[in-house]
Amino acid sequence: MGQHIDVNHLNIYYGSFLAVEDVNLNIEANKVTAFIGPSGCGKSTVLRTLDRMHEITPGAYCTGEVLLEGQNLYAKDVDPVAVRRDVGMVFQRPNPFPTMSIRQNVLAGVTLNNRSISKSDADDLVEWALRGANLWNEVKDRLDNPGIGLSGGQQQRLCIARAVAVHPQVLLMDEPCSALDPISTLAVEDLINELKQDYTIVIVTHNMQQAARIADYTAFFNLKAVGQPGHLEYFADTTTMFNNPQNEEAERYVSGHFG
Amino acid sequence: MTTTTTQPSPTRGESTLTAPVAGKRADKVFKGVALAAGVLILVVLAAVSMFLLVQAWPLIGGDQTANSETISTFTGGKAHSFWGYVGPLLFGTVLVAALALVIAFFVSVGIALFISHYAPRRLAAVLSYIVDLLAAIPSVIYGLWGGLVLVPSIYPFWNWVAQYLGWIPLFAGPASNPPRTVATVALVLAIMILPIITSMARDIFQQTPKLLEEAALGLGATKWEMIKLAVLPFGKSGIVSASMLGLGRALGETMAVLMILSPGLKYSFKLLQASQNQTIAANIAAQYPEADSIGVSVLIGTGLVLFVLTFLVNLLARRITEKAGK
Amino acid sequence: MSQPTIDFDKFKPTRSYIAARKRKDIVMRVLIVLAFIVALIPLISLLWTTVVRGVTRLNWDFLSHNMTNVIGGNPTPSGGYGGILHAVIGTLEITLGAMLISIPVGVMCAVYLIEYAGKSRLATTIHLLVDVMSGIPSIVAGLFAYSMFALVVGPGTINGFEGSVALSLLMIPTVVKTTEEMLKIVPNDLREASLALGVTKQRTITKIVLRTALPGIVSGSILAIARVIGETAPLLMTAGYIVSTNMNLFSGEMTTLPVYVYQEYSKYRANCSAEAATGCVTTIPMERAWSAALVLILLVLILNLIGRIVARVFSAKKK
Repeated sequence: MGQHIDVNHLNIYYGSFLAVEDVNLNIEANKVTAFIGPSGCGKSTVLRTLDRMHEITPGAYCTGEVLLEGQNLYAKDVDPVAVRRDVGMVFQRPNPFPTMSIRQNVLAGVTLNNRSISKSDADDLVEWALRGANLWNEVKDRLDNPGIGLSGGQQQRLCIARAVAVHPQVLLMDEPCSALDPISTLAVEDLINELKQDYTIVIVTHNMQQAARIADYTAFFNLKAVGQPGHLEYFADTTTMFNNPQNEEAERYVSGHFG
Repeated sequence: MTTTTTQPSPTRGESTLTAPVAGKRADKVFKGVALAAGVLILVVLAAVSMFLLVQAWPLIGGDQTANSETISTFTGGKAHSFWGYVGPLLFGTVLVAALALVIAFFVSVGIALFISHYAPRRLAAVLSYIVDLLAAIPSVIYGLWGGLVLVPSIYPFWNWVAQYLGWIPLFAGPASNPPRTVATVALVLAIMILPIITSMARDIFQQTPKLLEEAALGLGATKWEMIKLAVLPFGKSGIVSASMLGLGRALGETMAVLMILSPGLKYSFKLLQASQNQTIAANIAAQYPEADSIGVSVLIGTGLVLFVLTFLVNLLARRITEKAGK
Repeated sequence: MSQPTIDFDKFKPTRSYIAARKRKDIVMRVLIVLAFIVALIPLISLLWTTVVRGVTRLNWDFLSHNMTNVIGGNPTPSGGYGGILHAVIGTLEITLGAMLISIPVGVMCAVYLIEYAGKSRLATTIHLLVDVMSGIPSIVAGLFAYSMFALVVGPGTINGFEGSVALSLLMIPTVVKTTEEMLKIVPNDLREASLALGVTKQRTITKIVLRTALPGIVSGSILAIARVIGETAPLLMTAGYIVSTNMNLFSGEMTTLPVYVYQEYSKYRANCSAEAATGCVTTIPMERAWSAALVLILLVLILNLIGRIVARVFSAKKK
């Protein structure tokens, strides 16, 4: 089952530059929450603070709280490595490990951590994860081929399988379809719809139709001007966001007047 | 999830976020080792300077009469103080290296242009490969070739130069035979640094933005005008820093000089005459086997001077590259 | 307002001017091709003489004997004129020693610079010093190793390992630089993908980053070895020269191939007394020098070839 996330007074910095200001947000368990907004508004940045990937960039840090089932991810005794086990991430561009086969890619989360895994357990896990990512039928005969030999859409689903195989509670997706063709995009969207039964999903997207199609809730991020920090402008369930938003900027954005 | 789930969800108890993470210790150790390797570079260079200084110390703090006696025996009574000794050596080093650079520079740029802009692609690839291989030929083999093949066969050419260009002080005759002279050594060093400068210049020429080249050609420029307008200005700083690296290599070259040059200790520009100059590096290798402990100190002292010289040249090369980077 | 009338014909280049430009273009083309041919002459001559003169004495006897029992230009009991076995062994051991020092240090230093240090002060300093190190003249590296062993072990120490230390000083900067280049081209996506799976940084680096960059690092290291294997000057003063085979890297003098070439070259001629046997050859030192040079060139070229093949296989796989 997925877990819910509460974000309280989150300020995100790159060095001395305040990138995103005072975000307060509740992300419900087992729902799809979409982040939308114009370029540079910090939606990807916020997403990356949810599994502590943000701090990988030299000089980047944040203040405030991110609570996963009530526990602060930024508490002193929490290790970012442990956080990333519970909160998986799928990136904009498919990034399977080029030195590994399809099978090894799926098992990467386990084997890279020096866990020994018996062959039968590994077989089960690979099949489970690949079925979960709707990829099993396409690749079951060539599991030992290199992962980068797949098409873009298949690679992205392989990356989802790889993230799922660690068995996280939350899946973060950073524009997972922006590098894909329309048919692959549909396949990934269908998959997201199925995955929400088991995971809490947060997805950043540029594509408002996509948000409308797959999200239960939508958060609209905005920035006042270039060089100003981004902020969370409006948060609502998706139907309200796209049909009857109670926020002027959000209405202008979803009706295509800017951004 | 799909109905074929074969693995039950693990039961979630208390949060695992604060549980100790496996491999945390290895993480720290690895980072420590990497840092240590980085710091080791600092330590090694400090050690190089320190050990050389300690070994050269008798030169400064030791018995000065013994020092000057040693230097007298090294030079056959021509020099008595350290600076009187190292001065002509430094002069010879710079002279030979600078000459080599002058010869190599134009030829290298020519070859680099040939590879990047004139040769057909197939041929260019083969040529690049050959240039890279040539950079790998050991200097002792250049020395062997220079001493046994070039020296006997180049005398007529130097003789001709001395006859017809002898009015220029540099080429004052008579040309020595065998020509174990600065001119011959500079030629061999030029051949040695040729591949270094060529390969760097070629890489930079190949990076010239296609747009710039096409803009020049589109205005009706000939190929050479295009190169003059677009390629050379683009690659200018790269060529200069490549030349500096080549110069650094020529300054420190030992074997080729040792095996070809007939040494002398003069401040002399007579390139075609033997026994005029010697370089620091070749001098160390030549005197080293017979030197006693004070002698070794003197030689290490000259080595330090060479070290400082190449250090400055490399620093200059780096400055130029950095400026171009901005 | 009347439009100014422009006589475009005025701006047209004259015919003689166009011809001059064309001539200049051709002159430069000829000069550039000439530069290339001029440079080729010595290089072809060098390779040609080494091969032609090298093969005359290159045989199994030459490869399988050292220089003990070689008197003047007389043939040895085995029918040869001495050989390079001891020098080949010395070269391999000393180079191996240099490899074992410089590859771990160089790779880890590059890992520190690229994966950990970012743009810190220390990193900038190390970068600068690596550049400085790559400019150290080889004879100074020899002096350094000699001074260090003189101070640490005792004055006048000469052994093979001292040579390894001198060579590794020359090799480390090359290894650091190529490894850095290879680590830089590993896409950041892969690091993020691994970290996002909850993998520690150390495992990400060793199992993803270094693994992906491995062929490039291997090929770079091989090229670095090819460079130092031909070094002569630093080994003259650190490893010395003997005629017999010494297997112990840590004690006693050791001959290497380049030093052997130089020593034979400096002998110039061998003695053949009047009553010497009929097989006596006075020019044998030079012939041995050429044969050893040929072996050395082959060694260097083969190493280069292997390095390049490894790099080629890698880049083909990336597509």
